[in-house]
Amino acid sequence: MNFSNFLLMRHEILLLAITLLLLVGEIFIRKSKKSSLVHLAIFLFGIHTAVGFFQIEESSIFGGSFQTNNLIHFFKNVLNIGVLILLLQSADWIQEKIVNQDRGTEFFILLFTSLLGMYFMISSGDFLMFYIGLELSTLPIAALAAFETTKRISSESGIKLILSAALASGVSLFGISLLYATSGSIFFNDIIEVIASTNLTILGFILFFAGLSFKISLVPFHFWTADVYEGAPISVASYLSVISKGAAVFILMILMFTIFKPLIHVWENVVYVIALATMFIGNLFALRQQNMKRFLAFSSIAQAGFILLGLITGTQLGTATIVYFVMIYIFSNLAAFGVVQAISLKTGKENMDDYNGLYRTNPGLSLIMMLALFSLAGIPPVAGFFGKFFLFTAAASKGYYLLVFLAVVNVTISLYYYLLVIRAMFIRKNDDPIPFFKNKLYMRMGLIITVVGILVLGLYSPLYDYIYELSGIYN
Amino acid sequence: MDILSLFVVVPVLTILVLVFTKGLKQARIVSMVGSTIQLGMAINLVFAYFKERAINKEIMVFTKDYVWFEHFNIHYALGVDGISVALLLLTAIVVLAGVFISWKTADLPKEFFISLLVLATGVYGFFISIDLFTMFVFYEIAVIPMYLLIGIWGSGPKEYSAMKLTLMLMGASAVLLVGILGIYFNSNADGGALTFNILEIAQVNIPFEAQKLFFPLTFIGFAVLGALFPFHTWSPDGHASAPTAVSMLHAGVLMKLGGYGVFRVAMFLLPAGALHWDWFFIILAATGVIYGAFGALKQTDLKYINAYSSVSHLGMVLFALLMLNKTAWNGALMQSLSHGFMTALFFALIGMIYGRTHTRDITKLGGLLKVIPFISVIYVIAGLASLGLPGFSGFVAEMNIFVGAFQNEGMFYRVATIVSVSAIVVTAVYILRVVGIMLMGQVKNKEYLELQDATWYETTGILLLLIPIVGMGVAPLWLSDMLLESIQPFIKGVL
Repeated sequence: MNFSNFLLMRHEILLLAITLLLLVGEIFIRKSKKSSLVHLAIFLFGIHTAVGFFQIEESSIFGGSFQTNNLIHFFKNVLNIGVLILLLQSADWIQEKIVNQDRGTEFFILLFTSLLGMYFMISSGDFLMFYIGLELSTLPIAALAAFETTKRISSESGIKLILSAALASGVSLFGISLLYATSGSIFFNDIIEVIASTNLTILGFILFFAGLSFKISLVPFHFWTADVYEGAPISVASYLSVISKGAAVFILMILMFTIFKPLIHVWENVVYVIALATMFIGNLFALRQQNMKRFLAFSSIAQAGFILLGLITGTQLGTATIVYFVMIYIFSNLAAFGVVQAISLKTGKENMDDYNGLYRTNPGLSLIMMLALFSLAGIPPVAGFFGKFFLFTAAASKGYYLLVFLAVVNVTISLYYYLLVIRAMFIRKNDDPIPFFKNKLYMRMGLIITVVGILVLGLYSPLYDYIYELSGIYN
Repeated sequence: MDILSLFVVVPVLTILVLVFTKGLKQARIVSMVGSTIQLGMAINLVFAYFKERAINKEIMVFTKDYVWFEHFNIHYALGVDGISVALLLLTAIVVLAGVFISWKTADLPKEFFISLLVLATGVYGFFISIDLFTMFVFYEIAVIPMYLLIGIWGSGPKEYSAMKLTLMLMGASAVLLVGILGIYFNSNADGGALTFNILEIAQVNIPFEAQKLFFPLTFIGFAVLGALFPFHTWSPDGHASAPTAVSMLHAGVLMKLGGYGVFRVAMFLLPAGALHWDWFFIILAATGVIYGAFGALKQTDLKYINAYSSVSHLGMVLFALLMLNKTAWNGALMQSLSHGFMTALFFALIGMIYGRTHTRDITKLGGLLKVIPFISVIYVIAGLASLGLPGFSGFVAEMNIFVGAFQNEGMFYRVATIVSVSAIVVTAVYILRVVGIMLMGQVKNKEYLELQDATWYETTGILLLLIPIVGMGVAPLWLSDMLLESIQPFIKGVL
């Protein structure tokens, strides 16, 4: 262990430094120029994202507790970009609502600490590091969900999130302890060697999977999702739906494809049933939603169901398609949430009926929303189509044609409710439409980055090839 | 830039220029210029194709291949044969006619023309692609603008019709996706690599069990767009609620993607599956032919009559394709072309009549021959072509279809043919019924005496569509030979 080893934790150390800088920096910012806190936070995080792109070597430290490889590094960069877009989109909201109450620093600290937890979770090499990361990522989010203290609904979402998350983590931990009982070690590398398909191991796996499925909002662990997304501030809902879910999917995928690979004949069927349940329940409940935040919540649940189609394979193709899809999903969902946030900040309106006739007054925002919804629905030529198509290809490669058929049925159902929003914006008329407004610079940048991502990421094939190369690590 | 990619590049460039236009006048001029250029390109392609055919005997000519997603072996692969060239020409003509017919679109004209051209881009791309993935991408690009086109600029129950049409067509393409993946994962059956390229897959002997499973999925995936009974229900409401140019493009061009896809993908790549399932789909197609004809007989709304007529005619296309012989296939493709022009012409005329009289109800119309003679005469001509009068394209197509269908020995095929032929009689009835009630007789409404006949842009649109109909009827051999030459390799594959 020497200094250069610590540099493997470059992301984590840098993020920790930024968090501490913000904590201390607030003291030095004058009362009159409080908004510079937001500028500072975005600037620092931008540097953090940029520095993250430097190459990292594949190694592990702390005796194997913390490991990095190129795929994990790539995914951390994807999460960084996601959080950067999120910060850009939330900047105006933070400046108007939060900084005034002297709580700006708290927001950033909680957000970055949660991200830090996710870094540790996905770089974990043993279950202890995994659990620390899991908890570190969950607890600040619960505080963030309750951030709008003047609104009851926000506190309700915070309570719901913390209680259910605590239960889920506890269940996961119980599963981990059973796995330790059967294998005698918490290190992933040791477990891989000795794992066998015994009853206790399978029980441990089921409990562990259940706890982690909570974070991904798989059915039947999804009940918290809609209420929490509706109550929490929109930035926090975006973060939950995209970053938190993405990180949880990633580590679940890694664990299932490495240490639980010998149990594949057990969890194949579990994933099959849960995939179907998640897609159908997510889509059927989304049909009825009028509140845009609940709408996007159920849409996110259904998208997680699609991800399971890649998870069922256990192959390099599965890994590549999952990472690719999550990356595209981050851009699509952040675009949709960004538009909702822009409108909510300006007018306070969050209902689909209020979006009637939006194209006539705000064509730019409507077009961005249309691109985002097409990407979520999986319509070519935007990126979401490629993500979905490749996921289906992965499932079909293992012969799961019936599952793919039911998945495409779900794509059609989901198209219906996405078209409902497009119908409202483009086709319906409104006597009192949302008036034209110009977004400030940060929000515009945040939206433009997502649009570029949606348009380019699918068509630009070398990116998928690169991800596929990286995914060879786990096979 | 190769000659085929231009078919996708030019519409996209037109769209980009359209983004910067302001107002109806600029938008329609830009669209007209862009569409005329595309028509020029299509005509040029026909001549270039003949020149190339004289020296090149490959199945597809002007081929281009760029690797897109290496790990899936997805390529941006292009190529055309006689059939694609003919359909590209059809598309170019109908798009230009549609632009002329939409000369007076008042609400959001820029967005209208952009959506129309996105549809056209999808159709062009579909006809020039020979890689299954690329074909699928263009297929969905062609379908999705329909929602906005019908929803914003349509009439009547437009929201309902738009949603039903979009969901049914996208649902069909979703089923098609499963079929394509099935074909893809069986494309290494002879020990080669997995591939999406049509020409390569055609060489592979896909196992019979796989063909049996995936043929219905692929067939239904394409045939829903070709108004296969009982999945045709999106068509009457969709066409009736759509604005004129959209109906023209949709019935005239987009629905041809269905027949073309059935031919190019389902039958070319899964011939054993086609032989196994043909009886089932022949029953559905023949039912569609009869059902569409009787449906048209009952309607009083002009657009619904034409929509059911399209269901019937396109049922004939699917019927002929399922007969799996050269003459029937020739007839099916000629019917696709002939019907494309005819139905576009019909919808254009109906749009003109509606724009003047503000009704589509034939019981309220009457004596239009006296008031708007040019439009009415063209309507009569279109009607005669539709019912298969010799001298027009409809006769050539239908004759080939039924002669080819009857060639199949076996009681089942012959009975099915006889059932479908009887639809010709019903077609004659519903066409002449409309002509009699609407065009002849007394003028029902005094206001109609003031109506203006066709304007210059309407006349241009009409003539663009009429000339091919007459041309194909009077001098079909050049086209028939071009199609037969390209059908030849496909027949070998099936037999």
